[in-house]
Amino acid sequence: MNPTQTMAPAQTEVEQKYKVIGTRPIRHDGVDKVTGRAVYGADVQLPGMLHGKVLRSPHAHANIKSINTAKAEALYGVKAVMTAADFPDSGSRTANLGELGEVPLKPMCDNVMASDKAVYHGHAVAAVAATSPHIAEEALGLIEVEYEVLPPVMDVLKAMDEDSPLVHEDLYTDELGEKSAKPSNVASHTRHVKGDLSQGFAAADHVLEREYRCATVHQGYIEPHAATAMWNPDGYLTMWVTTQGAFTVRTSVHQILDIPVSKLKVIPTEIGGGFGGKIPVYGEPVAAVLSRKARRPVKVVMDRTEVFQATGPTSGSYVKLKMGVTNQGRITAAETMLAYEAGGYPGSIVALGGICMFAPYNIDNTTIDMYDVVVNKPKTAAYRAPGAPNSEFAVECMLDEFCERLGLDPMEIRLLNGAKEGDIQSHGIPHPRIGCIETTEAARDCEHYQTPLEGPNRGRGVASGYWVNAGLTSSVTARLNGDGTVTLQEGSTDIGGTRTSIAMQLAEVLGIPVEDVVPSVVDTDSVGYTEVTGGSRVTFATGWAAYNAGQAIKSQLIEQAADLWKVDKDQVSLADGVITTTNGDSRSMTIKELAADLSQKGIDVGSRETVTPQNHGGAYATHVVDVEVDPDTGKVTILRYTAVQDAGRAIHPSYVEGQMQGGVVQGIGWALNEEYFYNEDGLLMNSSFLDYRMPTSLDLPMIETIIVEVPNPGHPYGVRGVGEVPIVPPQAAISNAIARAVGVRLGDLPMSPQTVVKALSAKS
Amino acid sequence: MAIVHIPALLHSLTGDVRKLEVEGRTVGDLIDQLELLYPGIRDRLVENGHLRSGLAIFVDGMVRREALEYEVPPGSEVLFVPAVAGG
Amino acid sequence: MAAKVHVTATLNGEPVEFLCEPRQSLLEVLRDELKLTGSKEGCNNGNCGACSVILDGLLVDACIVLGAEIDGCTVETIEGLMGSDGLHPLQQTFLENAALQCGICTPGFIMAGKALLEKNPQASEGDIRHWCAGNLCRCTGYDKIVRAIMDAEPQLEVKK
Ligand code: FES
Ligand code: FES
Repeated sequence: MNPTQTMAPAQTEVEQKYKVIGTRPIRHDGVDKVTGRAVYGADVQLPGMLHGKVLRSPHAHANIKSINTAKAEALYGVKAVMTAADFPDSGSRTANLGELGEVPLKPMCDNVMASDKAVYHGHAVAAVAATSPHIAEEALGLIEVEYEVLPPVMDVLKAMDEDSPLVHEDLYTDELGEKSAKPSNVASHTRHVKGDLSQGFAAADHVLEREYRCATVHQGYIEPHAATAMWNPDGYLTMWVTTQGAFTVRTSVHQILDIPVSKLKVIPTEIGGGFGGKIPVYGEPVAAVLSRKARRPVKVVMDRTEVFQATGPTSGSYVKLKMGVTNQGRITAAETMLAYEAGGYPGSIVALGGICMFAPYNIDNTTIDMYDVVVNKPKTAAYRAPGAPNSEFAVECMLDEFCERLGLDPMEIRLLNGAKEGDIQSHGIPHPRIGCIETTEAARDCEHYQTPLEGPNRGRGVASGYWVNAGLTSSVTARLNGDGTVTLQEGSTDIGGTRTSIAMQLAEVLGIPVEDVVPSVVDTDSVGYTEVTGGSRVTFATGWAAYNAGQAIKSQLIEQAADLWKVDKDQVSLADGVITTTNGDSRSMTIKELAADLSQKGIDVGSRETVTPQNHGGAYATHVVDVEVDPDTGKVTILRYTAVQDAGRAIHPSYVEGQMQGGVVQGIGWALNEEYFYNEDGLLMNSSFLDYRMPTSLDLPMIETIIVEVPNPGHPYGVRGVGEVPIVPPQAAISNAIARAVGVRLGDLPMSPQTVVKALSAKS
Repeated sequence: MAIVHIPALLHSLTGDVRKLEVEGRTVGDLIDQLELLYPGIRDRLVENGHLRSGLAIFVDGMVRREALEYEVPPGSEVLFVPAVAGG
Repeated sequence: MAAKVHVTATLNGEPVEFLCEPRQSLLEVLRDELKLTGSKEGCNNGNCGACSVILDGLLVDACIVLGAEIDGCTVETIEGLMGSDGLHPLQQTFLENAALQCGICTPGFIMAGKALLEKNPQASEGDIRHWCAGNLCRCTGYDKIVRAIMDAEPQLEVKK
């Protein structure tokens, strides 16, 4: 086994400074999850519960002329059938998406269930609730839908053509408030300009211009979507949902069904992976309507085919990039055009692709044009660092090409151009303190990079990545128990051990063992508003709320102790779980002792905290990969992989490493195998795990990790989000490694065996 | 007085003026002043009395959710950036 | 609807009896009839291993076995792993190695690990990677899972 999981030297100081942070406790929900007791979305069982199933469009693009549900309704065991006509009219209503502003509601409703038109293969058109899933499935076969099939458009560039079929006849290109004269599949165009391109290119000694493409890929979480709804006759709706954000589900269902939020309670179950794909709602409003109609609880669980056909994928994309560098490797100018598929309705994450694209580097002259384009594929959802891999892939590949031409070391060109605090990014905002340089240096100096790679058809690739991270709103409620433990209720669903990384921050403040904090993820009635588990924000923002709760409890305990001892509260301090006087009379008691006393007196100690921090810093990573290419079959084998990343402060290093390793492997899948195959009719041909090929344990070596800690000055413990950036570098790192191994540069993802073979034969 | 950065797509309206000093208490006031200088610019930034959906206001590097009502400290830098949500 | 089938089997060391439809899979029977939801459905067609159980000593995907087929058989699921002395060594090493993130794949991997180590108590990293290729995990990149299974080997040895 390879040596792995190194901590940069900063950790030693941290170990002295912190008691809890930086340790590796067993997670609080661990026993439930290794014994099969944890309740995930599909595990919910209620008395009298029915099973809902969804009928989906067999066409990629079709007008819905009529739907006849009579035969299905008549089937024994069927208790309710619904179509989009059962949703309140969405025509002129808008949805408030917080920072995204007011948007028309119709596309959101139509994506949940098509009203007039199916815009992708697998688009929901009707649903049934029955006493068993098998009966519900039989009933789907009895629903008669009359379609008028239309030609589909499946590719982002074709969709941008003047004469392309239109996904929506009433969609016009928006350019910051100005609408195009004719309807178009281009939903919007935005632009960032910095400096002067012509000057920048004039200063360059070498200029390259290339095109890069990414196929549509899916988040691939192992747990399919599942939602259970119980609509009571008094109008109260309770939902059990596997989701990244219970409050987001509440808002979406409230808007789609036009019912008051106060009558809607969302109980998040355990969640079996999300990666951005469990933010939008799909079966949730459907289960609710079926429950209202059937007057019984209804559970809607997707199967794997439905997950692939109708949820999630991230944008397929086209990127055109032109960059200029000096002989020394200094980047003088970069011009790019990004076109991202939004799927069936507008709203790709192209804007994030634009923001992140050049962020690792300080480039004086940049222009970025971004196009959001509808095609006949599922409405795209966020996927880990949404938008960033597609655009940064281009930059990282091109930098490597420059290195090869100029004889530069890939680490040195990244250090030469690396972004620092205060550098203005391409969208005009200055960088806060980031660990770009420190991370690259750690990658350059690591044992992997310093060890030469030998052997035929082998190559080493390097790439970096940046992700902006997010802050957003998070809430916790903390309460001291009579035995000195603290219960901690939080609104952030726990996808990867965040109960513990949040609890650790509270424990650190009080100086108590993390086992004495009892975290639980609670429903939307039981904690303050909390936005999604996404944007790598939970350990940062929810952790901050827990830190504040810890501080509040600490000062309450100090006040109570001062009261008890009849001293001024300035003369009392709390450290390591013990409260002491500082006035020299050396009185002391443990938190446990004081808690027992207070509980007996009926004095409540606790706190309710909500934070919306913005100083989330940015995450930066540099990866090194060794590959071997089989020139006959085109198969690429990953020989060794090292991921280096700035975590700001690693609260629970094991879960930081886990995020890095998981992100890398998703990136490897994206790089080498994963893609949606559509036939010429726009039908998805590989909607199973057998045909949509995600990495298995057999495809991989151990993933070595090096955590760099450049504390984020915007967080009490220096935390930066860590979850997303590790998916950014692998695609380019592998492409660069292949180039060094066999001399072909691949700019289209995935770099599947047939692509590699084709490129090799074109070369020879 | 604040320094307002004009979004790239509106440079055609300002004759390629990319940033300028504008008088005003709130972001809304700044936009009113811009409108006097560059007629038509307000409609590109404001929709039904609110900041256009899909835009965010950054003042000195921080998002200001108060949007048009945000009171701009003198000398600060105001940017209009496409709003984005994370994954 | 076809008549229900009467099945008797041994489940996690105890006798069970149930009625199931001939079309119901073992996974459906476990989850919906016997309310043992520790075995998960990730794909329902034998591709992900989230439903892994041990049937007469062999590792199988419960979603592609029919409930009616287990008549007279012995089935072990994740719910049966914990002994009177607490967690099974694999459960413990999964926790210690942080070998789960979302945890949906965990019951399947633990059952797969158990079946492997019963056959090959000194499985190498390569053996584990090969054996577990039928179990998908989208969160961990497998690194910590492979380590957890390796770490359980000496503990299982001691237990014997
Ligand atoms: S659910 Fe049985 S193998 Fe996936
Ligand atoms: S831990 Fe989430 S799929 Fe394995």
